[in-house]
Amino acid sequence: MKEFQKGKMVPMPSTALIPERDLGKIPVLECIHVGIEFGGLKAVEDFNFTIGKTEIAGLIGPNGAGKTTVFNLLTRVYTPTHGTIMIDGQDTKGKTTVQLSKMGVARTFQNIRLFSDMTVEDNVRVGLHNRMKYTTASGILRLPSYWKKEKESHERAMELLSIFDMQDMAGLKAGNLPYGAQRRLEIVRALATEPKLLLLDEPAAGMNPNETGELMENIVKIRDEFQIAVLLIEHDMKLVMGICEGICVLNFGKIIAKGTAEEIQSNPEVIKAYLGNNSMEG
Amino acid sequence: MEFLSYLISGLSLGSVYAIIALGYTMVYGIAKMLNFAHGDVIMVGGYISYIAVSYMGLPGWVSVIAAMVVCTVLGVLIEGLAYKPLRAATSLAVLITAIGVSYFLQNSALLIWGANFKTYPSVISGTLNLFDNRLSIPYVSMLTVVVCIVIMVGLTLFTSKTKMGKAMRACSEDKGAAQLMGINVNRTISVTFAIGSALAAIAGVLLCSSFPILKPTTGSMPGIKAFTAAVFGGIGSIPGAFLGGLLLGVIESFAKAYISTQLANTVVFAVLIIVLLVRPAGLLGKYVPEKV
Amino acid sequence: MKKGLKINKTATKDYITYLVVIAAFIIITFMNRGGMLNKRMQGLLVPVCCYIVMAISLNLTVGIMGELSLGHAGFMSLGAFTGVVVSQSLITAIPNDVIRLVISLAAGAVVAAVGGFLIGLPVLRLRGDYLAIVTLAFGEIIMDVINCLIVGHDSEGLHVIFNFRGDKTVADLNLAEGGSAIIKGAQGAVGTKTIATFTAGFIIIMITLFVVLNFVRSRSGRAVLAIRDNRIAAESVGVDVMKHKMIAFVISTTLAGMAGALYGLNFNMISADKFNFNTSILVLVFVVLGGLGNILGSIIAATVLYILPEVLRGLQDYRMLIYAVVLIVVMITTNNPKVRGLFLKIIPKRNKTEGGEAQ
Repeated sequence: MKEFQKGKMVPMPSTALIPERDLGKIPVLECIHVGIEFGGLKAVEDFNFTIGKTEIAGLIGPNGAGKTTVFNLLTRVYTPTHGTIMIDGQDTKGKTTVQLSKMGVARTFQNIRLFSDMTVEDNVRVGLHNRMKYTTASGILRLPSYWKKEKESHERAMELLSIFDMQDMAGLKAGNLPYGAQRRLEIVRALATEPKLLLLDEPAAGMNPNETGELMENIVKIRDEFQIAVLLIEHDMKLVMGICEGICVLNFGKIIAKGTAEEIQSNPEVIKAYLGNNSMEG
Repeated sequence: MEFLSYLISGLSLGSVYAIIALGYTMVYGIAKMLNFAHGDVIMVGGYISYIAVSYMGLPGWVSVIAAMVVCTVLGVLIEGLAYKPLRAATSLAVLITAIGVSYFLQNSALLIWGANFKTYPSVISGTLNLFDNRLSIPYVSMLTVVVCIVIMVGLTLFTSKTKMGKAMRACSEDKGAAQLMGINVNRTISVTFAIGSALAAIAGVLLCSSFPILKPTTGSMPGIKAFTAAVFGGIGSIPGAFLGGLLLGVIESFAKAYISTQLANTVVFAVLIIVLLVRPAGLLGKYVPEKV
Repeated sequence: MKKGLKINKTATKDYITYLVVIAAFIIITFMNRGGMLNKRMQGLLVPVCCYIVMAISLNLTVGIMGELSLGHAGFMSLGAFTGVVVSQSLITAIPNDVIRLVISLAAGAVVAAVGGFLIGLPVLRLRGDYLAIVTLAFGEIIMDVINCLIVGHDSEGLHVIFNFRGDKTVADLNLAEGGSAIIKGAQGAVGTKTIATFTAGFIIIMITLFVVLNFVRSRSGRAVLAIRDNRIAAESVGVDVMKHKMIAFVISTTLAGMAGALYGLNFNMISADKFNFNTSILVLVFVVLGGLGNILGSIIAATVLYILPEVLRGLQDYRMLIYAVVLIVVMITTNNPKVRGLFLKIIPKRNKTEGGEAQ
């Protein structure tokens, strides 16, 4: 009850950012008055956000604004202390990270988290963990289901790697890949879980403008091909303004603006938050 | 009365565990390694004191100092020769090396002093009899508890007030940053081992005064128990080691008295397991979740 | 292209491991038939097999799952005493030694599996050194509890006393005429009919290899490797951390129980103290020196290091000292970049193979 009252006191712009093509469908993500406190400190407060089925959305804001915390809330690394998070119309209350993955939320990490001692292909295969199942016993005894699923998962992994033209790297150790390839592999691994919502935490960090351009194309391509929604955190404004249909600006854990690229760019609150911080122009 | 007497013997045993655990915890805090050879340094301390008293006829307090000097040198040598080359290695590699050092010390003792156990001469004898002799407290128990408290207070002051103590705390937080601040990390680690080993020597003398059987494996079980005590209290924490040691001693004493001698260790370990399940970083340890 | 290479590489490595074990078995069997092994070496054959299985199974926990276990001997102990009790109780019902051995090994494995599951429930929730200390604690608890057991068998079946006050003896079992004690408290199992054979040892190594290698190359095995590499990322792609760790841990303890059962049936008397903390450490040394995650390495390290003290027996009291020094020197040379570099300069041939591996 409390959260709802708070919602009333601070009226949020109710304009849903969902693109027209997704209207009338259940939104893939619905955050209602979501918040989390760490020992009294409100890291994220009254976070209201909706993402359409095939939308590419952006989450921006200065360092320490709570963007990654939002991702951690969406994947249940942290449990929200307030509010409701709905994934594809289902409440996520009481769910674990693993269950969220099964419900269709996949993510990448700001500080890359690959299985660095495993091969590139095996990284993707771990992503297929819940999509290509057989029992441990049939794995040890190498029953027919083992051979069948292993073959399928190999083929599927190669198919997914081909999105970024990484088939040649399949046998390499993931930890030995160049930085950009590691970021791309994380995306492939996340896609392997067949998500409905893909969360990308600074996917362009450390990439040069050429790579970033390619990445932008690929994100759009992924959305079109897999028909999924993408929410990305990014400091590269060219990327954000270039592909995001809806943008949410976070500062000190609170949403200060929501809207399209043009609306955000001209919002005085946003300019104030970024003042003295030249990352606005990328 | 019985209860009080078990409590006192438990506190005395616990004080010995606590002194050993303090050494364990300091070394762990700074070098992030489980020094399995620590228990064997206790044994060496016991033997040195034994020789000083039995063969050389030196007074008890001189034997303690002799044991401390030898163990300090031994501790610094072990650190320099066996652990220092492995500063960048995995913790498992260091652990195995520590086990090697432990074997080395035990078998050296076996060669030097033989497999037959030696009866440690009591340095402090006598008991304090209270309540018409219904409660008798050995002086050595009282001394053990007092020494433990003194050491604990001393170490707390040392780590909070002195320059070296602060350097130790800095190194245990972040060695790289400490080095950048101009702290000589290697020297700090050596000093930590020196202190830990000197404490082990004291613990050795006190242990043998209460349980006067000295053999090459004397230090193993107290070493494991003290390690348990350190984890119990929250490894890396000085008050934690103190608390963990005392609690462990008391639990062990009561378990022996009221439950079963055979299962005393089982009770001790079962309590440890339960504590860790409730508080995964021990009683006073801080649990730092991995940042995502 | 590269991918095909990689798959072949891991498969080849597995085949080599199987081949080495089979070849060693054949050679040793022939040597034994030809009378080339003395009594002492013959006596080592079964224990070495058991310790190889222990090392491989512990490698699954420590090397592949990445969690330090200091209580692996406890599961060996569970297996050993279960195996002995089962075998001794069935001695009249199933006179055939081979069948009885198989049943005993299976029973030892099952009990160790159940033990592994029950102990895994609390243990696997902990991390790092805390997990290590709790496995140590459980190892000691198992030892203490078995030390309190008095078990006997007669025509009416099994009689068990839990002698935790230390005031009971075999007489309290009230065995019927013709019955016999199997476990006599702290004395351990006595009067066991030894039915373990080298062939059985070879077979359990092959079973262990089959289970562990196939597990690692399966979906669940990959999940375990992923958890070791990055637990948070593994969870984020939907890997149930507790479940897969538990699977690996139970496999590991099951195999240890099987090895223990064979070990127990190789001696006519054995006490629980045999499986103390030092035994857990001994196996851990095999695993670390053999290389974490390296199964063939575990086999070689277990063989060499188990036989080494026996070979050094001539040196009598110095042998364990030498063992200790060897251990320290090996750890420093393999883990210190400077010392290692020095060694590689001295032995240029080794340098080449090292470089080859790195690529």
